[in-house]
Amino acid sequence: MTAKHWIRAEPQGLYVEPADCWIDPSRPVDTALVTHGHADHARGGHGCTMATPETLAVMDLRYGTDGRARPVAYGEDVMLAGKVRATFHPAGHVLGSAQILLEHAGERVLVTGDYKRRPDPTCRPFAVTPCDIFITEATFGLPVFRHPPTGLEIDRLRETSKAHPDRAVLVGAYALGKAQRIIAELRQSGHDAPIFLHGALERMCRLYEELGVPLGDLRPVADTAKDEMAGRIVLCPPSALNDRWSRRLPDPITAMASGWMRIRQRARQRNVELPLIISDHADWDELTATIEEVDPAECWITHGREDGLLRWCALHQRRARALALVGFEDEDD
Amino acid sequence: MERFAALLDALVYTRRRTEKLALLADYLRETADPDRGWSLAALTGGLDFPAVKSSTVRNLLMERVDPVLFQLSRDYVGDTAETASLLWPGTDNPSPPSVSEAVEALGRMTRNSVRHDLAALLDRLDVSGRFALLKLATGALRIGISARLAKVAFAQAFGVSVDEIEEYWHGIEPPYAALFDWAARGAPPPRCDDQPVFRPFMLAHPLEETELDLKEFAAEWKWDGIRVQLVHVAGATRLYSRSGDDISVSFPEIAEALPFPAVLDGELLVRGSHQGGESGGAASFNALQQRLGRKTVPRKLLAEAPAFLRVYDLLMIDGDDVRPLPWVERRNRLEAIMDRLDSGRFDLSELIGATRFEDLDQLRAAGRDNAIEGIMLKRRDSPYVAGRRTGLWYKWKRDPLLVDCVLMYAQRGSGKRSSFYSDFTFGCWDGDPGEGAELLPVGKAYFGFTDEELKWLDSHVRRHTVNRFGPVRETDRSLVFEVAFDSVHRSKRHKSGLAMRFPRINRIRTDKPAHEADRLEALQALVVD
Repeated sequence: MTAKHWIRAEPQGLYVEPADCWIDPSRPVDTALVTHGHADHARGGHGCTMATPETLAVMDLRYGTDGRARPVAYGEDVMLAGKVRATFHPAGHVLGSAQILLEHAGERVLVTGDYKRRPDPTCRPFAVTPCDIFITEATFGLPVFRHPPTGLEIDRLRETSKAHPDRAVLVGAYALGKAQRIIAELRQSGHDAPIFLHGALERMCRLYEELGVPLGDLRPVADTAKDEMAGRIVLCPPSALNDRWSRRLPDPITAMASGWMRIRQRARQRNVELPLIISDHADWDELTATIEEVDPAECWITHGREDGLLRWCALHQRRARALALVGFEDEDD
Repeated sequence: MERFAALLDALVYTRRRTEKLALLADYLRETADPDRGWSLAALTGGLDFPAVKSSTVRNLLMERVDPVLFQLSRDYVGDTAETASLLWPGTDNPSPPSVSEAVEALGRMTRNSVRHDLAALLDRLDVSGRFALLKLATGALRIGISARLAKVAFAQAFGVSVDEIEEYWHGIEPPYAALFDWAARGAPPPRCDDQPVFRPFMLAHPLEETELDLKEFAAEWKWDGIRVQLVHVAGATRLYSRSGDDISVSFPEIAEALPFPAVLDGELLVRGSHQGGESGGAASFNALQQRLGRKTVPRKLLAEAPAFLRVYDLLMIDGDDVRPLPWVERRNRLEAIMDRLDSGRFDLSELIGATRFEDLDQLRAAGRDNAIEGIMLKRRDSPYVAGRRTGLWYKWKRDPLLVDCVLMYAQRGSGKRSSFYSDFTFGCWDGDPGEGAELLPVGKAYFGFTDEELKWLDSHVRRHTVNRFGPVRETDRSLVFEVAFDSVHRSKRHKSGLAMRFPRINRIRTDKPAHEADRLEALQALVVD
């Protein structure tokens, strides 16, 4: 029996037949295994949700949990129906993010969800896990995507802020993961000044702190006078960057933290003045290095620029195929 | 090169015009000669390195990166120079050349040496530097800076007038030593009255619902050819297109026909009876098109499609600059010299005799039957000034034609539209769609929609793709566009046998089912040539 017979890609997610459960399904199902809390992977309404305690906490905050929640710690063995064993391993993407290893009939299939390889002060690093079939994302699956060292981007952010003592620097960042990582990176670099938050980021930052990730002096924009934010760094979700909301800030410089900022026109399209190439996804070198390190018998490539990664696999004599899953497109990371 | 690269990056990410001007002005003031002159040339599109083309860069990359990965990347990024700058194997210790050093090296490259020499230059640069070098080398910067903006910044940097820069511009060459000497060091201005240089055109604003007093404004037809300037100075004659390109060799019969010192502004047309009937005397734009861009003109073509100049205005005559004079006086002088000109090669643009604005409106509406583009309105006391000046000249085009077409194919755009599916091919039915008629492509357009609509269209294409051919996506033919265009002509290049002029997406008709889109015959009925 090969994995093609027991795990398959349906438009709404990956289906594990012997266990009758889904991984990151886009519609409500009876049993869902969820890799991490981003909206395109985690949805409410499942009968039973299995995920790491952190991911469950995130889901609870975002969608409320109406069904049963089954926390699974990293490394814990879970026996599913139909003799399928599942274990969760750190993916290094955001707090609580996991790769899910499924073992059945002597075969190991690893579903990475989303992942990155470089250090992130807010979550556990990616754990290289041997497997037969490696199901990988390909958000930045083209060789033009090479993220520079995070420290350099953080330095540029701090320097820009310092150079404009009368303006705020407004950084657009995903509410889950990216925002907290930027704050933690800033703190690590010695930036102790208060950081101001758009309302949509406040609860998630508080949850991170409750889960043991200290973020320092955070203040809501809503309670702050305009001139108090001059010379300060302000964070908001990407959708608020060009919104009327930003008028309450002192002449803001628009920044965005995303892997897409590598492409000039991508930054221009979003009216970004300070593009920060900081991503929670693996870049091209990390994607290809990870495949070599994990060294699976076969790669299945899900969302993103799968053509590029497929080509790389072909050039390196690696078996690979693209899975057509709907709904995973990460336009803001 | 680092400073120039930093300037380009800053310009890409700066939105406000005032800030762009400040960045450019600082750069022009603070950078040494001749680097700043070469940079100004790059910003105004004044550099050309025949051995270095976009295809050179592409080939160079394909030797180092898998061609398929290069193509996928190029398609995604939407810009060859940027793709190449990102894919080029990086260096840990860059030793960037100066702008002048780079320009000299690029200028020395030949088709044989370019592979080695361009690679050697790229190896000395970091990713921003490679982007700047490749932009410099291949011409089109596409970073949202027009040549005009660069000149305004130059004026701002040195406190001189931009009109003066425009005036000298076509008499000087990169790196513009004389221009910097004048503006930055107080030397006398560059001389250009002893050469047949191009003088900047006076342009018109579109007329929008303002009613004009015809006592103050004169009206004439806007002919559908190409606007040109014919210059005879110091015994030499040149014919310039609107962008200032010398097109004398394509129209030798015109360049030879002006026997005295003068600068004329007019419409270049081919003899015929398409525009304005027999008395209009001009063929369609299509007839002119076969004459454009030729290095030599076969005698047969000269006889079959003879060109002439329909003169609008007079800028200089017998050594006098008459541009400061009011339009009426220039017109008088123009009328006075017409009998010194060969009537086979020159005629005078006729004025429209209407005295009431409503009459003019009717004439304009009737213009379509006469295949005339529209009407020009010129203030009778207007001097001839460079560029588009508010309140002086207006163009009043006839309303566009409209047709409902179905989206068939989409391709990613470049520049501002990069990575978005934004170049659309659309078609009309070749019969009754209920009886199995097919769609035939009738045109292509990549503008007319707002940024919001662009996002929507991009997502529509992604969701409705039924086929892929390389970078082209075929869609399920469910979306109707209302397409606006100026005119439609017969064409052998397209399967539908038709070609639109200046098509643009006027509206997205999500309310209209595809089978109700127009048929080919609706478009055929609008063909006038």
